[in-house]
Amino acid sequence: MRNRDLSFWLFIMPAIVSLCIVIIVPFIYGLIYSFTNWNGIVATEFIGFNNYITLFKDAEFRASIWFTTKFAVTSVILLNFLGLGLALLVTRKMKSSNFMRTVFFMPNLIGGLILGFIWQFVFISVFGSIGKSLGIEALTGWLSTTATGFWGLVILTSWQMAGYIMIIYIAYLENIPKDLLEAAEIDGASSFQRFRNITFPLVAPAFTISMFLTLSGSFKIYDQNLSLTNGGPYNSTQMVAMNIVKTAFTENKMAYAQSQAVIFFLIIAFVAVTQVYYNKKREVDL
Amino acid sequence: MKKSKRKLYIIELLGLFLALLWLSPFYLMIVNAFKTKREIFSDVLGLPKELMTDNFVKAFSDLDFFKSLFNSVLITVLGVGVIIIFSSMAGYALARNKSKISGIILLVFVAAMLIPFQSVMIPLVSLFGKADMLNRPGLILMYLGFGSSLSIFLYHGAMTGISNSMDEAAIIDGANKFQVFWKIIFPLLKPITVTVGILNVIWIWNDFLLPSLILSDSNATIPLKMYLFFGQYTKQWHLALAGLTIAVIPVIIGYFFAQKQIIEGVSEGAVK
Repeated sequence: MRNRDLSFWLFIMPAIVSLCIVIIVPFIYGLIYSFTNWNGIVATEFIGFNNYITLFKDAEFRASIWFTTKFAVTSVILLNFLGLGLALLVTRKMKSSNFMRTVFFMPNLIGGLILGFIWQFVFISVFGSIGKSLGIEALTGWLSTTATGFWGLVILTSWQMAGYIMIIYIAYLENIPKDLLEAAEIDGASSFQRFRNITFPLVAPAFTISMFLTLSGSFKIYDQNLSLTNGGPYNSTQMVAMNIVKTAFTENKMAYAQSQAVIFFLIIAFVAVTQVYYNKKREVDL
Repeated sequence: MKKSKRKLYIIELLGLFLALLWLSPFYLMIVNAFKTKREIFSDVLGLPKELMTDNFVKAFSDLDFFKSLFNSVLITVLGVGVIIIFSSMAGYALARNKSKISGIILLVFVAAMLIPFQSVMIPLVSLFGKADMLNRPGLILMYLGFGSSLSIFLYHGAMTGISNSMDEAAIIDGANKFQVFWKIIFPLLKPITVTVGILNVIWIWNDFLLPSLILSDSNATIPLKMYLFFGQYTKQWHLALAGLTIAVIPVIIGYFFAQKQIIEGVSEGAVK
């Protein structure tokens, strides 16, 4: 198909039109609106960087960025450990390894909203009554403090996403030539040495993928946040995505919410680009 | 060898324990959905003394379950359907056209994946509102816009395995471009279509925020209805858990029948 063929354009047109209407045009509009006093219907004047200036003074927004960053970094570390650990576990020759794969992956198929509600019950009622009957203070009052809200969210998303990351690592682990590992074993390499010198470098590309997915995924989390803590107590566990939704649709400050959304985009894009760049570089070095 | 066999045995036991731990939230959800409010309070871990099916009857009718199931199925099937049709066509055309423009268009689609939903959400809702498109057809169009990037990328990648001589032979036999694609190429793309389908079904079925901004209550999908339902019964865990159990069941049934394809599809989609 060449550029002058009508069929080329007919084939790609529906996808391009939808991309423009749904993403590109709203994105550009949003960028423009963020410099105005837009109220969702009309914008009467350009106010320059006013929204952005207010934004940097907005303690709640800054807190949400900080909370999201802490959450994302913690989740990425935990998820990659868990994912790789589970993958190493289920790729061993065991009768039940298929069953384990199925189980570990299962939470991934269910929406974050529903899982958040289930875990709300686990944290509040189950933890609470175990804590009470065993006299463990630390298990009571979960989700009512910022710290337990934070760890609640980390536990929920790690449990939900670990199976997904596991699958990515499995794909790479299964591609490692068996004779390579066997040869190393015959040569007397310990299981740790085999992992360090053969397995680890060969699954390095999986780090790129899973770190990219988990990092940008954790930055964008909304459903779990809404259903598990709803930002509470006192908005202290509110992440950026939720802050934007609330500013726009509860407080009706459209232009201001849009300036938050632009900053949000810049953060996500920056994270994604640096990460892919850095990981590609490291892979070559290995 | 005997020692390593025993070691493997211990690892398997640990793994099974971990798997049970992984399932425990579902266990807790199901057993407590059958209890009374008082029993949940007195014994949260054990099996229910008697099965309170009343919880489910109430949750089932409050969730308007068959209607929300129908709404979810409708949105998911239509959304995934249009994504498959138009992304496969675009992926094919972009792969067969080696020009610079084609490369740039693919790059635009891939770059669009960097834009998070919240960054376009507000103007999107406003624009669609002005066009009177805050309804199901509008939602399907949005799913095509948000879903096509990854799907086109996957189809484009899969096209490298299909030789151009296929197209040429069919053209010589008198087929037009559309016939070539739908009769010859599309069937060959079936493995990647399964992957694209699975990834998009998981996404759209569970999507909450976008449909919550678009759909009216009467068109609510399962997650939307679940949100309203949960808000109504906060702290009435026996009812809330029965509702959650009902909401989870369709997914578990689907997973039971297609777990191999689902795991392979997700793996394929992530690693590409």
